Amino acid sequence: MYRETDIIQSADQSPEGYMIINVGPQHPATHGVLHLVITLNGETIKKVEPHLGYIHRSIEKMCESLSYRQFIYVTSRMDYLSAHINNHACALCVEKGLQVEIPERAKVIRVLMDELTRIASHELWWGAMAMDLGAFTPFFHAFRERETINDIMEETCGARLTMNYMVPGGVMHDIHPNFQRRVKEFIQLYKSKIHEYDELVTGNIIFQNRMKGVGILSAEDAISYGCTGPVARGSGVSSDIRKVQPYEIYDKLQFDEVLETGCDSFARYLIRIKEMNQSIRIVEQLIDNIPEGDFQAKTKAVLKLPKGEFYTRVETARGELGVYIVSEGGTTPYRIKFRSPGFSNLSVLDKIARGGKIGDLIAMMGTLDLVIPDIDR
Amino acid sequence: MTNEELKAKLTEWHPEASFEEGGEWVNLVSTTGNLLSLMQQLRQEPSLSFDYLFCLTCVDFKTQLTMVYHLTSTTLRHKLVVKVKLDPKQPEVETVSAIWRTAEFLEREVYEMFGVNFLHHPDLRLLILPDGWEGKNPMRKDYEDPVNMIKL
Repeated sequence: MYRETDIIQSADQSPEGYMIINVGPQHPATHGVLHLVITLNGETIKKVEPHLGYIHRSIEKMCESLSYRQFIYVTSRMDYLSAHINNHACALCVEKGLQVEIPERAKVIRVLMDELTRIASHELWWGAMAMDLGAFTPFFHAFRERETINDIMEETCGARLTMNYMVPGGVMHDIHPNFQRRVKEFIQLYKSKIHEYDELVTGNIIFQNRMKGVGILSAEDAISYGCTGPVARGSGVSSDIRKVQPYEIYDKLQFDEVLETGCDSFARYLIRIKEMNQSIRIVEQLIDNIPEGDFQAKTKAVLKLPKGEFYTRVETARGELGVYIVSEGGTTPYRIKFRSPGFSNLSVLDKIARGGKIGDLIAMMGTLDLVIPDIDR
Repeated sequence: MTNEELKAKLTEWHPEASFEEGGEWVNLVSTTGNLLSLMQQLRQEPSLSFDYLFCLTCVDFKTQLTMVYHLTSTTLRHKLVVKVKLDPKQPEVETVSAIWRTAEFLEREVYEMFGVNFLHHPDLRLLILPDGWEGKNPMRKDYEDPVNMIKL
């Protein structure tokens, strides 16, 4: 949070007469309650200062008094567009502590759900980002496909946003009998519609002019600022945890890590579009090969982790999510830290926006794909 | 580099440093005085090149605060955990934000949540807590607030 006096002082002291503008906390383009204090010289951005905390729920502290079965449900509320993947990360971390081997069927279901989540998240990002730039139609196109995924999720998990489907030991219950048929229908729908994305937005010359050469982020800066996910891969940094440190069955699957070397907003845009195709590839490989068997390993009703420290890294739609559990041997974690991808990706905003124009700021923010509850936790 | 090789190399350079057992990665325990030079060495030494700080946090063990740095290399892919133990009454440690820029935000979060004072930090202000926050640091174990309860 800022002190008003600080800002007035700095404006007075600047000989050029810089102007300070507040974007947010209530602003449609911040996609939540993000507050940016922007220092401007004319139209040129001199400084962007994020002020956080408007949706801070202190999830880390809450988890300290929740059991290892309970705390996973809170994490769906962090990055609500990657709810499955958040749950997955926590379940993996607890399983690492318990040293439980989960059945093959559960692994495949988990990966299928993760990849469908990734597609749904990128769909929403694509629609919302086009809307930030003033194009409203893509939003409806994106939601047409996203709703299909949400319907599939609803049938199996009973929820459309905060799924809470992955539990320590596997998944909560088996997939719905319709699941495979509906996912295949979705793949057909996706393949018949994806070309519209390129026709509507990617190839649009106005869109390209607003994205190319804007928000340059070098590979060194991306690493130094801790950027992950499509933000880092847009600068050519190989950072996909599914490849770098494979978990579940990702090492057995055929898919490519998408890399672009444009380093600009357009490169980050292309990464997400191409990633959706890779996710479809994974879903296609698995949907007919879900092994028979249990969907959950047998675990005790009350879980106790041995004394020690456990860390898992997974790839969400936004980048690397880390779950760090410090256990003292009890039924609740002593300390939990969530290394959220959005937090580090936001910290780079000042770097890429400096020297740019205020009109481009929204486009830059759009390609960072910020989810505010993920940043605030 | 494997964990054993990493451990052998670090023991050679820093005979005074100790290692903690447990966990999948090497846990190096440093002291507040040595931290900055150690971190610079880890970043710059070509055979280590820990260029990516993927997690920075603090754990309150009541008798001590422990700063935990998770490091990895984007080229060599090995990992290292560096820990520093701080006095909970007056926690102070050098900032690493000059080495990894991501630490600037992460340290601001630790500063307000745990009250750790990062020396020579470029911009040590509240990030998440509201302006004019008075009282204890919310993530400390002895924090109690009956009005804005964050314990379940």
